[in-house]
Amino acid sequence: MKKEAIVVGGGLAGLSTAMRLAEQGVFVKLISVTQVKRSHSVCAQGGINAALSMKGEDDSPLIHAYDTIKGGDFLANQPPVLEMCLAAPKIIQMMDRFGCPFNRTPSGHLDVRRFGGTLYHRTVFCGASTGQQLLYTLDEQVRRYEVQSLVQKYENHEFVRLVLDGERKARGIVLLNLFNMKLEVLKADVVVVASGGPGLIFRKSTNSTFCTGAANARLFCQGMKYANGEFIQIHPTAIPGRDKLRLISESARGEGGRIWVFGDSSKEIQAPNGKMIPCGETGKKWYFLEEMYPAYGNLVSRDVGAREVLRVCELGLGVDGGMQVYLDVTHLPESTLHKLEAILDIYQKFTGDDPRKVPMKIFPAVHYSMGGAWVDWPAADAADREERFRQMTNISGCFSCGEADYQYHGANRLGANSLLSCIFAGLVTGDESYRYLKSCEKSYHEVSSTYFEEAVKIEERIRKDLLQSQGSENVFLLHEELSDWLVRHVTVKRDNVNLQKTLEKIKEIRERYKKISLADTGRFANQTFFFAHQFSSMLELALVITKGALLRNEFRGSHFKPEFPKRDDANWLKTTVATYDPDEPKISYEAVDLSHLEPELRDYRVAKKSKPEIKNIPKQIRLPL
Amino acid sequence: MKSYTLKVYRGEPGHQYYEEFELPLREGENVISALMEIQKNPRNKRQEIVAPVVWEQGCLEEVCGSCSMLVNGYPRQACTALIEKLIEKSGHVVLAPLTKFPLVRDLIVDRSQMFANLKKVRGWIDVDNSKEEGFGPLISQEKQEVIYALSTCMTCGCCSEGCPVVNSKSAFIGPAPISQARLFNANPTGQLMRPARLRALMKEGGISECGNAQNCVEVCPKKIPLTDSIAVIGRDVSVQAIKDLFKISD
Repeated sequence: MKKEAIVVGGGLAGLSTAMRLAEQGVFVKLISVTQVKRSHSVCAQGGINAALSMKGEDDSPLIHAYDTIKGGDFLANQPPVLEMCLAAPKIIQMMDRFGCPFNRTPSGHLDVRRFGGTLYHRTVFCGASTGQQLLYTLDEQVRRYEVQSLVQKYENHEFVRLVLDGERKARGIVLLNLFNMKLEVLKADVVVVASGGPGLIFRKSTNSTFCTGAANARLFCQGMKYANGEFIQIHPTAIPGRDKLRLISESARGEGGRIWVFGDSSKEIQAPNGKMIPCGETGKKWYFLEEMYPAYGNLVSRDVGAREVLRVCELGLGVDGGMQVYLDVTHLPESTLHKLEAILDIYQKFTGDDPRKVPMKIFPAVHYSMGGAWVDWPAADAADREERFRQMTNISGCFSCGEADYQYHGANRLGANSLLSCIFAGLVTGDESYRYLKSCEKSYHEVSSTYFEEAVKIEERIRKDLLQSQGSENVFLLHEELSDWLVRHVTVKRDNVNLQKTLEKIKEIRERYKKISLADTGRFANQTFFFAHQFSSMLELALVITKGALLRNEFRGSHFKPEFPKRDDANWLKTTVATYDPDEPKISYEAVDLSHLEPELRDYRVAKKSKPEIKNIPKQIRLPL
Repeated sequence: MKSYTLKVYRGEPGHQYYEEFELPLREGENVISALMEIQKNPRNKRQEIVAPVVWEQGCLEEVCGSCSMLVNGYPRQACTALIEKLIEKSGHVVLAPLTKFPLVRDLIVDRSQMFANLKKVRGWIDVDNSKEEGFGPLISQEKQEVIYALSTCMTCGCCSEGCPVVNSKSAFIGPAPISQARLFNANPTGQLMRPARLRALMKEGGISECGNAQNCVEVCPKKIPLTDSIAVIGRDVSVQAIKDLFKISD
């Protein structure tokens, strides 16, 4: 009998998995809330990292792994990071063979640029729309398999529930048609969830409006563990907007863009070495990142950049006294600006100002979730390597990959590592879920139909209740209230008093949610209903993020708590694991796998280009490529 | 605060009508943020509570192709349509769904035909296996520039909407898939399948149906040189037809 798999999500991770499964002859049912070609991966701009050492810099995948682990403030389990960085050059080669239009050098080879958190040029790119081009390339490959009847797409369909059998093994899903609102069951012996990040919980972020986090949140409510939820990356440079915060890629700085405000020597700021220094010279441009972090300058890691921008603005030095600073590319030559055209056009379209002539005004924005579904990773040399499955959640047969999983970025993600982790984890998931399928002793055909019928009944009831609800609350206003609290208290700077209050607030909103009514009770493409349905589980994820932040009394990566201004390895070098509870998530911790590298302090003031010591590299590593 | 009227052509197949909304004119407002405002507080100009308008959206930075609609009669991405500019230019803001695709509801249409067309032109590079070794062929900077520009097509449907030949009475495949055929033919590996792509465009609904109105290139939000693509493919299709006639292989 033909093996079947369900893949939820058609971004880079989901498409990589689908391609790899189809290649091995598995029939893939690919589910997406939109046409997969429109998935959020298209928004990634700057590039994808791989230590190809194209510029003769003597770069290596081991240094890439070191930068990634250090950039993540040592919270990431090290074995998966190491394998990802080892596989990166081959991933680029694969995408090149697939025809991804990477930028070229005069000799026709791939061009590379510099990105944050590293001293090497290791970012391969397609102008300033790399994610779009990588996604299209995989979309094309998957379309090839679609024509061969190995992939069937269910676009404009939303995953709403996982179907578990009596042994709590994943056997299928319930999905909702976003046009005619019909509920439908899909069956398969493996379910891969590559549903992306939860940016919409914060309402305005750099994320596409698809990124509600609802799929992960629903799985969480069904018993899936969620790890490191409190680690939310704030990108230093986005354009403030009414409907969303549009990203201005790190590549703007990688290509030489500089961040500045007008200085004011009457004010002082604490430099990273603890000394108080004047805020530049009054009336002159103050390049504060370059002054405080001479080695990395404008390319400090994202969490550092975002915090410094906020600090400078809080001192009243923001442009026009507001919460914004300048990102300046006006000094760059025409040929460099050409490589940034996609993002410069975006800025001009939305603000009316030409960034080639006047500096851009930018401010930090919620960008990426390092946390996500807890997934397993038996190391290459683990005794039980073959009995366990990489990228599998704690629910048998349910895998997770891409931004939806927690595995590769620790407490902070380096720029241009997300596209890499999505493709790498997607390929690994393709291979491992195939191995799982082969290991299944019985198939869903032998599972009683009542499990599927029950799951649909639950969803029918939810739909009926929501469409008939007659309360006074408005779900969109509740969302605004939630996001106001989260943005204020659970982003760049956190403190325990307000985190506690936010936790209570979310619970209050959860109570009020029970009294909503929908302005649209129609039975066709009812977006108010879709959102109201998503919102209830988004609230649970908001609790995970907030409670994880409340409990973690230290400063690590994106998680900054001035009350606890230092990283505390003795007490907090551990992974947060949340499990669902109807009151509030239960939090436990597990050890971080530090097999390859001793934790050291992150310091972006000084440059160190020495070769890192990576220990205990297993001999039997089998990369997916 | 100043206000303005947003007029939306909405409804379901067979029952479409105009509805007006009075909205505050805030700084930086675009069509999407205006629709979000209606979603939050769905009251029309006559102060009646109505069902919120539904529409497609995604990245909101003109890179995903979701929010195509007619804005003041012009097919474009709604996210980059700034309200103040629209009012400045024409004094009003009118939204309507695209007309060349089946209507779903309000501003949502079903564009799946666009994706089906990509299958017809073999819109991909044929490789044997993802596990092969090594880089693809070298590509010059000049060629990369051409390929990259063609590859930014979001399959948004604006070109088909603008094209007078694309309509319910014609089988014309539309400008976007023709340009995609050019994209894959330009790739050194992709060109190995060039004859198959060109033959697909010789059929009914293929390149010969283009009436050269040149609206496509005018409305393309990504400024893709669609008419160049049609010219290149038109020439290649003719050459291929002659080769096929005399059984000459590449």
